[in-house]
Amino acid sequence: MNINLDVEVVEEDQTITLTLRGEIDAYTAPKLKDALLPLTKKPGAEVIVDLEQINYMDSTGLGVFISALKSTKEYDSELKLIQLQDRVRRLFEITSLDSIITIESTVRGGN
Amino acid sequence: MENTKLDLDNYRSLLKEYLLTKNETALYQAEQFSKLSMQHNISPEEIIHVHIEALKELYPDLTQEVNDSLNFLLEAMISYGLAYQEFQTLREKQSELQSEISVAASMQQTLLSTVKPEIKGLDIGAISVPANQMSGDYYHFVTDKEDDTLGIAIADVIGKGIPAALAMSMIKYSMDSFPENQRNPSAILENLNRVVERNVDPSMFITMFYGLYNPGNETFSYASAGHEPGFYYHGDQDEFEEIEARGLVLGATDQATYRQFERKIKKNDCIILLTDGVTECRIGDRFIERDEILQVIKKYIQLPAQEAVEQVYKHFERLQEFQFRDDFTLIIIRKEV
Repeated sequence: MNINLDVEVVEEDQTITLTLRGEIDAYTAPKLKDALLPLTKKPGAEVIVDLEQINYMDSTGLGVFISALKSTKEYDSELKLIQLQDRVRRLFEITSLDSIITIESTVRGGN
Repeated sequence: MENTKLDLDNYRSLLKEYLLTKNETALYQAEQFSKLSMQHNISPEEIIHVHIEALKELYPDLTQEVNDSLNFLLEAMISYGLAYQEFQTLREKQSELQSEISVAASMQQTLLSTVKPEIKGLDIGAISVPANQMSGDYYHFVTDKEDDTLGIAIADVIGKGIPAALAMSMIKYSMDSFPENQRNPSAILENLNRVVERNVDPSMFITMFYGLYNPGNETFSYASAGHEPGFYYHGDQDEFEEIEARGLVLGATDQATYRQFERKIKKNDCIILLTDGVTECRIGDRFIERDEILQVIKKYIQLPAQEAVEQVYKHFERLQEFQFRDDFTLIIIRKEV
């Protein structure tokens, strides 16, 4: 698999936005984990993950978001996912993770 | 073909032959010589050493520069030779690891093996094919001799390879240890959720569907922990319906509860359970949609259950460029009477 994941981090005070581009699967999930987890360990931080340019994510990606969520509980920070494509949103719905992770409710199309 | 001998005399005569005749046969024999050298763990610098010695014997009057340059080459090849030796050692280690993983994989199969039960009035088919050696998918049938009920668990551990396989064994043994009177699906999932939450890595989770069929009242009760929805097939209308049973994946929080659903099963109806290895696969750049999977299942649903699951698997396996990114598990249960 030659498809990669790009991670871009913008910090403004307590708000940290992670913009992802590419695919999240077993190969790229460790990269996401390394970028995301340390950010959730800053008390009071609001970590926003922009998934607009993620057209494929498998369940390994869900695992990264679950561990990030657990970490926000431990360090009193917040996690929010925005701009999910339908396919990615469906994963959160099937697994009911949308009931414990804050997901921006705007519905997006995408392929 | 005459045996290539690994010695100076042989190399010298090959070299001499080649220098005098530019003969292709000598070149070919040189190639054999180097292959044989590799088999005998002879390092590249040793071959160069042999070459220098042979050359000096054939041409005792080599200029000082040529002599020096050959020695220079010899030195340069030493670290190359060391790297090659290291490579050989790694290759041996790799094959050792490979065989250890094979042992683990067969042990996993033994630990998790489940017998597809023969139950009067039910036709059951099941297939599970791992994407790698160790499977993260799991299905299990639990029969109860006293009340004839059939429990069916299908699960997918997220996280792959050995850690996933170990987690699966833990799940199986937890299920086996639950008391008989707690066999209803929602209680089983709630108990398992606590086990998983306490015992596995935070980024690992498990999806599971658990169903219990009671032939006494022909009722199927079920609950799902974030598992890919299965399908219910209405035999009389030849129609499929998604089995909706929302519930949180196992291991995400310790307080999850699971709603239990019930439905009556009619003659010729089927329950179809699968893991997302089926829906997460793709052909080239294209994803396979759930509708497409359903079309394939529909094509084979009239076959005996075991034949049907095998045909569905073969259909996807046959597709060109098709890649299983995950383990593939499919179960079909048909009520025959």
